Amino acid sequence: MSENISHPAVIEMSAARIGALRDTLFTVVEHVDWSVSSGEFWVVAGRQHSGKSDLLLHAGGLITPSRGSCRVFGCETKNFGEAQIAERLRIGFVFAGGNLFNQLTIAENVALPLRYQRNYPLKEVAGVVEELLELLELTPFADNTPSNLTVNWRQRAALARALVLKPELLLLDNPLGGLDGRHRQWLMRFLEQLWSGHQYFGGRPMTLVVTADDLRVWQHPQWKYAMLDEKKFSVLGAWREVAAARIPAVKELLAEPVETTI
Amino acid sequence: MRGDLAKAFELANTQVFRHASLPKSYTDLFGRKLFLALLTIQGLGAFALITLGVMLNKFNVARSVVQPRVRHEISRAGVALMPMFLFIALALGFLVVGQTVSALAKVGATNYLGSTMVIVIVRELGPLLTAVLVLARVGTANVIELGTARALGEVEALEALGIDPVHYLIVPRVIGMALGIFALTVYLIIGALGSGYLFAFLQDVPLGPGDYFKQIAEALNWLDFALLALKTVAFGFFIAIVTCYHGLAQPLRLEDVSRVAVRAVTQGVIVCVLVDAVFIVLYLVT
Repeated sequence: MSENISHPAVIEMSAARIGALRDTLFTVVEHVDWSVSSGEFWVVAGRQHSGKSDLLLHAGGLITPSRGSCRVFGCETKNFGEAQIAERLRIGFVFAGGNLFNQLTIAENVALPLRYQRNYPLKEVAGVVEELLELLELTPFADNTPSNLTVNWRQRAALARALVLKPELLLLDNPLGGLDGRHRQWLMRFLEQLWSGHQYFGGRPMTLVVTADDLRVWQHPQWKYAMLDEKKFSVLGAWREVAAARIPAVKELLAEPVETTI
Repeated sequence: MRGDLAKAFELANTQVFRHASLPKSYTDLFGRKLFLALLTIQGLGAFALITLGVMLNKFNVARSVVQPRVRHEISRAGVALMPMFLFIALALGFLVVGQTVSALAKVGATNYLGSTMVIVIVRELGPLLTAVLVLARVGTANVIELGTARALGEVEALEALGIDPVHYLIVPRVIGMALGIFALTVYLIIGALGSGYLFAFLQDVPLGPGDYFKQIAEALNWLDFALLALKTVAFGFFIAIVTCYHGLAQPLRLEDVSRVAVRAVTQGVIVCVLVDAVFIVLYLVT
């Protein structure tokens, strides 16, 4: 298990067998050995239904591997319980599509984790929520329910909800899925700022892991890449190795070069 | 881990008989049904115990979030149903109480009025009717809301935010339904007894209101009040558990929601009858 003093491991998977959310006994990825260090940005690519979401759910401690081990911030996820809530709250999770609470408004969705974990009434967290909504340009939609918003804004609201507790590790499941060009560019820029240290979070660099079904837009010289294909997890390395890879599945995920402003 | 909740309570028929062949005989079919029923009882029992544990352990956790939800559930399972229950109380008074009073007066058996009313309305019909109506109005909504939330991934979202889904989604519903059914039963009983006398009075039954209510008061004892409270709270608790169990404690797709709603209502009615049977035994013993 690789561990660096200056960049301690945030996620460590060792011979982990990844099961599906709907049936954890059904194996979607075999034998994952993976280590994510603090301050890294990982892009895990794969076709649809290749098990990216399930891998991310394991990395977030929401499912435990049926075999092997998965440690997040040094804590075995099998032992995640009430006593490890502090570790759990160091992780922010953005689901594909947002998974917002449909009965609550956007402001209430964003406020909920803060209110529940700190036991604050709505009025006391209003300032923090307004600030975060403004940062993500969500202020005009604060009183709307998620069903009244397009997927672009729902995704941002989900990101705001994941960021309200100021996590150290942010996991995003296919964050660009269904977004239009403008929102894609905005999100890519924002994620890069989070990774390099956003002013709102005191300039502290955040560790990010995203899943993607199209690698082309995620090109960055300092980010790291991994791939899921036919129940196998492979670490590809940096972008130059991805570009040089001769694996057909990688070629498929890089199908055509696109022009991007990022 | 809370994430394993889904796995722990996954519906028996999706897990156990997933790869099973078709039943070869009626005995085989009956055995499977019985086995499924036992697994459901086990699941419901475990879910009830987990809910009770969370209620006790997290009594003071996140009160600023949970208390408004409890108030909302009390309003939904109690206050919002008052107009409907006023109508039901009037109908019950007319159909049962008014006719019973009138019939007893015709045969000169008005001395039995108090005990008849207490057995029929206070002990049996009031609580059971209230429970079934709340199950139909609020229990079904519970299954559909929770089932949809589950299918749309809201439960996983709660877990990702470190929020216990049982504490946030189930506990307020259990408290709201228990208190709602208790309050509505009292409301229904008072309404039915009052309106029943009104209908009897309109039929010129020779029984003064003072005598009527005095007989009922004399037929009631402290045990009736205590068991009524216990019974209605038990109805509320078990209806909430059955409906929430089917809505929440299993991975669902959107197309599964209507199927589990029907199953939850059926099991809810069965549970109500079983709880009622237990209390009949208690009444007979005491």
